Amino acid sequence: MNRLLTIVTFLPLVGLVVIMVGGKELKDDAARWITLVMALATFVVSLVVLGRFDQGDPGFQMVEHATWVKDVGLQYLVGIDGISIWMVLLTTFLFPVAVLASWKVDKDVRLYMGAMLALETAVLGSFVSLDLLLFFLFFEAILVPMYLLIGGWGGERRVYAAVKFFLYTMAGSAFLLVSIIFLYSRSGAVLGGANTFDLRQLGEVGAAIPLATARWLFLGFFIAFAVKVPVFPLHTWLPDAHTEAPTAGSVLLAGVLLKVGTYGLIRFNLALFPGASKYFATFVSILAVIGIVYGAVCALIQTDIKRLVAYSSVSHLGFVVLGIFAFTEQAVTGGVLQMVNHGLATGALFLLVGMVYERTHTRDLAKMGGLASVMPWLTGAFLFAVFASVGLPGLNSFVGEFLVIVGTFAVNHWFGSIAAIAVVLAAIYLLWSYQRMAFGPVRDEHRHLPDVSLREVAVLAPVLALLLVFGVYPKILTDRIDPSTEAVIAHVDPQGQTTDVGDVQLRLVPSELSLPEEEG
Amino acid sequence: MRTPIAYFVMLSGILFAIGSVGVLIRKSALLIFMSVELQLNAVNLALVAFSRMNGDLRGQVLAFFSMVVAAAEVVVGLAIIVSIYRRRATVNVDDARELRW
Amino acid sequence: MVAESVGLVPDPNQAMQVLWLVPLLPLVGAVINLFVSKRLGKAAGWLAVVMMALSFAVAVLAVKGLLDAPEGERLFLKHLSDWISVGSLRVNFDLRLDALSATMILVVTGIGTLIHVYAIGYMDGDGRFGRFFAYLNLFVFFMLMLVLGANLLVLYLGWEGVGLCSYLLIGFWFDKTANANAAKKAFVTTRVGDTLMLVGLAVVVMKFGTLDYEVIFGAAGSTLTKSAATVISLLLFAGAVGKSAQLPLHVWLPDAMAGPTPVSALIHAATMVTAGVYLVVRMHPVFDLSPVALTVVTVTGLVTAIYAGTCALGQDDIKRVLAYSTISQLGFMFLAAGLKAYSAAIFFLVAHAFYKALMFLGAGSVMHGMHEETDLKVMGGLWRRMPYTAITFTLGALALSGVPPLAGFFAKDAVLEIAQSNSEWGYYFLGTLAAFISALYMGRLIFLAFYGTARSEAAEHAHESPPVMWIPLVLLAVGAVTVGALATHPEGLLATFLEPISGLVPEGSEGLSTPVFYVVALLVTFGGLGTAWFVYGSGRVDWLSLRVRLAPLHRLFANGWYIDEYYAALIVTPGKAIAAFTAYRIDVGFIDGIVNGIGSAFRRLAGVGRNIQTGFVRTYAAAVFVGAIAIVVYVGFRL
Repeated sequence: MNRLLTIVTFLPLVGLVVIMVGGKELKDDAARWITLVMALATFVVSLVVLGRFDQGDPGFQMVEHATWVKDVGLQYLVGIDGISIWMVLLTTFLFPVAVLASWKVDKDVRLYMGAMLALETAVLGSFVSLDLLLFFLFFEAILVPMYLLIGGWGGERRVYAAVKFFLYTMAGSAFLLVSIIFLYSRSGAVLGGANTFDLRQLGEVGAAIPLATARWLFLGFFIAFAVKVPVFPLHTWLPDAHTEAPTAGSVLLAGVLLKVGTYGLIRFNLALFPGASKYFATFVSILAVIGIVYGAVCALIQTDIKRLVAYSSVSHLGFVVLGIFAFTEQAVTGGVLQMVNHGLATGALFLLVGMVYERTHTRDLAKMGGLASVMPWLTGAFLFAVFASVGLPGLNSFVGEFLVIVGTFAVNHWFGSIAAIAVVLAAIYLLWSYQRMAFGPVRDEHRHLPDVSLREVAVLAPVLALLLVFGVYPKILTDRIDPSTEAVIAHVDPQGQTTDVGDVQLRLVPSELSLPEEEG
Repeated sequence: MRTPIAYFVMLSGILFAIGSVGVLIRKSALLIFMSVELQLNAVNLALVAFSRMNGDLRGQVLAFFSMVVAAAEVVVGLAIIVSIYRRRATVNVDDARELRW
Repeated sequence: MVAESVGLVPDPNQAMQVLWLVPLLPLVGAVINLFVSKRLGKAAGWLAVVMMALSFAVAVLAVKGLLDAPEGERLFLKHLSDWISVGSLRVNFDLRLDALSATMILVVTGIGTLIHVYAIGYMDGDGRFGRFFAYLNLFVFFMLMLVLGANLLVLYLGWEGVGLCSYLLIGFWFDKTANANAAKKAFVTTRVGDTLMLVGLAVVVMKFGTLDYEVIFGAAGSTLTKSAATVISLLLFAGAVGKSAQLPLHVWLPDAMAGPTPVSALIHAATMVTAGVYLVVRMHPVFDLSPVALTVVTVTGLVTAIYAGTCALGQDDIKRVLAYSTISQLGFMFLAAGLKAYSAAIFFLVAHAFYKALMFLGAGSVMHGMHEETDLKVMGGLWRRMPYTAITFTLGALALSGVPPLAGFFAKDAVLEIAQSNSEWGYYFLGTLAAFISALYMGRLIFLAFYGTARSEAAEHAHESPPVMWIPLVLLAVGAVTVGALATHPEGLLATFLEPISGLVPEGSEGLSTPVFYVVALLVTFGGLGTAWFVYGSGRVDWLSLRVRLAPLHRLFANGWYIDEYYAALIVTPGKAIAAFTAYRIDVGFIDGIVNGIGSAFRRLAGVGRNIQTGFVRTYAAAVFVGAIAIVVYVGFRL
């Protein structure tokens, strides 16, 4: 079974075909079930991929290759490594959850479900592509189904939000395309053969290009991913898109789509342009730190709970970007870890916000209150997700934040310290909004709202469970991420700075005391 | 004595100018068409004159092409004008303004 | 004053092998109660108590095992599981049992059990009875992890965890917005300290490559410069300032009294707030390297002690008096720590845990008997109606005031003695002043609440609490009286027990001679109590009109020197304004304005551009004509 990655990527598309074939006669429920089954099947296959993943190997595994247009060098090339394995799993995990959360959508169900499946394929394709043009194809392909989801089933200003999302991201990726093609055109000369889009070979090309040119290419790639992440100040599409998207749309947008941007930064910017990465590291870190604080400050004053979570995403992803450009093992691994953790924690928050919205029909915190006495389990789950997002140790986000702060602090005290400020701000805005929603007196119209249903428990339980599991045992994740990030950092090779915070030469008084590692 | 080619060319030019002015100024679609025909005939005249001047028959052949195309164009054009007339009871070009921003 | 190297216990007993049961049992209780408490009814409370008692039993046995080992080998380390392992940075769930953590777990589980029992009576009839005990057990779990951790990150886990539980418990009756606000205030204020502490952890990692105590203690002297030690100590101390409610991060504790009284007793008197003291004592090998940091600790503790003492004088709410008292007493503990008298600080912690928990539970008993009334002005003469409560409470108050041979006498005077014997006269004088104020407000409290004549109907008809509530009071009172036996003068039991961990008590040889010192101390104690009796208990002074005459001073004290108001004006209001400005004017207005501006710029461009399409046939004809001419001319000129 050496086509696992292709199967994982295109299985959702099969579901889409089935739905299309069913045509107008296909009942809504059938469309839902087909989608759910295909999404779960994709998840199962991705678990098989995880099972076959070789933990110690820092390179690309399960590589598949097929030529498309030989003369131009277009090919189908996919592979997976320690960084993308978890992105794939996060995606295949969140999609069934999102589908289940969309069960109550009743307008144009077939189109909705079809869009979800197409989106899943596009996202998975982005994560596994090793061919630059193939990546670009999938990257752009993400935009259309997302645009449909936001624009078709979203809130009041959905059309504005959808168009803004689409145009903004596409404008960014125009720069990406130019850079890709430029790199491609130079590749032949450097490699001594035909031009190629193959990522593994382009690493050499990127290193051989003069620094001045490499810097421009870096920026070209960076702008596209910066819009996607989003990095301050290219973030303003996010609050609108998140707020107006339907629940599942927000979950997927925050949980998965944003990660394509940060993934791109590691996979392309760092790997292809190490020199330029070092050159721009301070600049990018400053933007990241600004984003961290700025996102948190903007979140403080929001009364629309979805918008608040959206701004918190800007803040949390600033951590990821900061970690990536600190070039220490702890920081980069922490950043990748946060990509997974944020996806789960913020995904959970959006799911819960959606459930509250379905009951109260408002997102305005000023119009809520006292819901904890009416729906204890729902608000309890919400509090759990809030504390995960706040970075409570024992839950997942803490580990990532800790690693990023520690890893960044070792190379730049200021960035590490300022990033820590976000920890306080996060507590303020999340607890205050939770309080406005759940505590205090109940409004009359909310007195008889139902607590969580079985379906909602099925949606929430897996996500919340992972928040705890990954908080207590992040080794499951970091053991596989580590070798690949080590390789990336070695490739960037930042001289003159420490790359492993734990590796400090001490003038130790030799201690006979060591923790009994082998004891049961 | 051969007539100097210049005279033919001048005549052609004058006819073309009259035709152009007609195209630009006239309001009736029919009259615009007639002006276009005038332009085309002016060109034909110039072609034949130059053919005579250079002793090259290709000019006359081109004139034939031109006449055929003119005939085809007139057929189509007049058909459209008649169709428009049937719709709107006018051939005033200024009244057919819908295809704008 | 470097800690002597402590060796591993040679033959750990059964209880030590299952040390993890000590935190696990309350966790199990919490999880069970969280999910099935409705069905258990009142049994939920007893389940929690049983878990606590079992945990205490295991703790006792484990400590006994520790004591059985010879003096230089009282250290037990247990690796539970891997936690974080990235590159060379490894931080694991490891437990550490030494003299310090042994002391702490006994205090937490022992006093905790009594408070759980009391809570069964106190929370009787509450709609979310089971939930309460789940949170209480969960709190104990985190507190135990805090003190049993073998590295700074497990401590931090417990640290934040107790913050979480404090939030849940302060805001337990969440239908009142005031309670929810108090909970949020507590969490956010401590978070400020916690974040600075987190930065401190980052510095530790940077310097040592690890967060393990053993490595840090062993290498501190040789790895850290004085300034590095100062930075680390100050950052960690910032966390302590938040958690232990010292100036300037103390503002959450008085408001936290909104929570149920057992919460105030357990969390805000005996355990969570003492975590800061534990942290400083635990990390003392680093603190010892930085005289600056130690001075900061001492001064902070001292200033807080005096400040909070004055505020306690101005409070009419019985719980708020106790809250400020706790802040003040914690200040004493930090005073001791800053003077490197670490075992004295821990002894104070233990003693304080007993008598403060006792008094809080007593206050709860008073509230129970007076239908949730907390205003001292309408109490009085309660000793007739609630004798058990009154007697135990009085014992606690006398203990705090420093009446021999109760615990507080030994604790307080251990600290002051060390100050003056090392010629720190400023500290000694101010510390003595703080002791005087303590005696004063304590006397005021008991005279107003329990003695004299009843000043209201409620006070006249108050009733004693049920046995499930007063039996723990008695047991705690016994503790408050007897714990003095552990006294920490250099030959004291606790001091020798703690010595390998906390270092020697800094014994100076100057200062007052011993008899003089004790005479002064007793004068201060009885002077304070006597003054309080004279003003509030003897009936000879109309203290209400006295208050009117001293109104500005009273208002100052009652409002905590208006620090809350300053914070609101300097931080909260501008903070909200900045946030609003950023979110609306900058983000939506400016940045998004640019984005939308680009969009509308293109639309306007298009708006101009499309005017070419006039629909006017003659325009098109003219355009064709002009263009043709232009081409002809151009070609003509080229040729």
